[in-house]
Amino acid sequence: MAGKIIEVENLSHSFGDFKAVDNITFSVEEGEIFSFLGPNGAGKSTTINVLTTQLACQSGSAKVCGLDVCKDSHQVKKCIGIVFQDEVLDRDLTVRETLEFHGRIYSMPREQRLARQKELIALVELEEKVDERTKNLSGGMKRRLEIARGLMTRPRVLFLDEPTIGLDPQTRLRIWDYIKGINEEGTTIFLTTHYMDEADRLSDRVEIIDHGRIIVSGTSESLKNTLGEDMMYLETADDARAAAAAKRIPEVSQVKQMSGGLELILSSDGAKVMPKVLRSIEQDGIGIVSVKMKKPSLDDVFVHYTGRELRDGQTEDGNKHNSMKHRPRGH
Amino acid sequence: MGKEFLTIYWREMIRFVRFKAQLFVALIQPALWLLLFGVAMASNFAGDAVVFPTIPGIVDVDYLTFMAAGVMAMTALFTCLFGGMGLLFDKNWGIMKEMLASPMRPHHIQIGVGLGGVTKSLIQVGLIMCFGLALGVGFFPGFSVAEVLIAVLGIFAFVTVFSAGFIFLSSGIAMRLEGMESVQAVMTFLTMPLMFTSNALYSTSAFPQWLQVISSVNPLTYFVDGIRYFALGGDFTALGSHYEYTGGDIVASFAYLMVFAGLTFAFAWRSFRNARIT
Repeated sequence: MAGKIIEVENLSHSFGDFKAVDNITFSVEEGEIFSFLGPNGAGKSTTINVLTTQLACQSGSAKVCGLDVCKDSHQVKKCIGIVFQDEVLDRDLTVRETLEFHGRIYSMPREQRLARQKELIALVELEEKVDERTKNLSGGMKRRLEIARGLMTRPRVLFLDEPTIGLDPQTRLRIWDYIKGINEEGTTIFLTTHYMDEADRLSDRVEIIDHGRIIVSGTSESLKNTLGEDMMYLETADDARAAAAAKRIPEVSQVKQMSGGLELILSSDGAKVMPKVLRSIEQDGIGIVSVKMKKPSLDDVFVHYTGRELRDGQTEDGNKHNSMKHRPRGH
Repeated sequence: MGKEFLTIYWREMIRFVRFKAQLFVALIQPALWLLLFGVAMASNFAGDAVVFPTIPGIVDVDYLTFMAAGVMAMTALFTCLFGGMGLLFDKNWGIMKEMLASPMRPHHIQIGVGLGGVTKSLIQVGLIMCFGLALGVGFFPGFSVAEVLIAVLGIFAFVTVFSAGFIFLSSGIAMRLEGMESVQAVMTFLTMPLMFTSNALYSTSAFPQWLQVISSVNPLTYFVDGIRYFALGGDFTALGSHYEYTGGDIVASFAYLMVFAGLTFAFAWRSFRNARIT
């Protein structure tokens, strides 16, 4: 790989008393798809807003394309492309005008603007909509247009803030294809998402963030591997005693007591280990209410490291969110 | 400074011609003022009930002609005060984020929107003037073609500097405020006093002292003076008042508007410099 394109060290950012980002350090290699995964309000958007120079720096340092985002914000802006979380489109401009406007405010020469427009409209398959006003596009088309716009200037890094939020499953799959295609052409992708499957399907590397802190990082494979071969979830009449009983089985490498029951990490094939575990618990005379076994997913990684499910339905990052600002994306 | 402001201007003008209904409404309002208020008031004064003294040898101007200058000025005022609202739409539902995230300096937005506001004002004032002339407004009495041309250029110069002043004012306010409601409130709060403490619709000579003071700092008053000077000449009577403007008065009025535009430009500059949205 060609070296680090994003380097963040001890970055913190607060809104009043609320610490949205709390002393995080990470880096992104040029050419990879990097995901920032976490529930709503975890600090993902705040981080992206600092990296894209939209929020002033408070403490710590951040470099994008080798440039300090605090001191060289003007140069950083030239090196990056952004697809915002909310819809950011002029509803009364056409698809072509939207791209033309973007190219012009980035001072691209005319020839280059026109060539890129043609190329990108083809890439996101909006050829038939070039003269359509953006308000007449579907949610997925708007997203594709925004992605095309983010690529107009051939940025070295493309920031995608929750790119498929509110989109239907088929549209999400198509957007993922575009993102993969763009990455194959050499653009580094920095993605934030609260969808586990999205991070899993797309990224080379994932960092899980919660309450402004990075909890764990690595490739999606390695993260899942930390949870062993298989996982078991158990609900029993007495979780504390059941945990002790489960620990007696050598293939159970870890037992974690959580609010809804027990999480067991198994070091070998669960189909063979599960009967042993159940027998051991029953021998102690503890009633078993339910049992579930599965291959670890990123969801489980998240639940394992945070002890709870992904929060949902909360406002992002504690930013002031005007309810009027929120435009749902329909298809 | 690069040329990016021309892109902002380009977009302003696309939106101006694209919203035909909005353009129509923007023109219909001053037209209605002229047609209903102007004609109604003029016919009131035309009867025997009110007889205003006139001075022999000096042009006496009927009410419709008198207030036409005021309506032209109000058209520019409304266009520009509400022109800044577009920025608020961009902040809440549009592409302000895209613009601020780009390497373009935010002042390009200010200049582009400013140019757009001035252009819109010029077009609308021009159209209202033509409408007025068709209604029988007695502008340019006894002027030669060359004099009419100079008069129109003079009026447009006043429209330009006045509009710049108010488009910068409204842009600066729009960039500082959050919600749509507050900007609307501020704008409405501004328009009424500006209109009624000016000489747009009536003479200010009979105003009580305190109201005259307010009127004499109101940019709209100086703007209307400028239009009347170029459209009617430096010496005329209307509604029983004798109006005399020297060239020096008009230069002073123009300078006053320039200073006003300079101040609002600086205000807007500061508003844009710290603009951020997340």
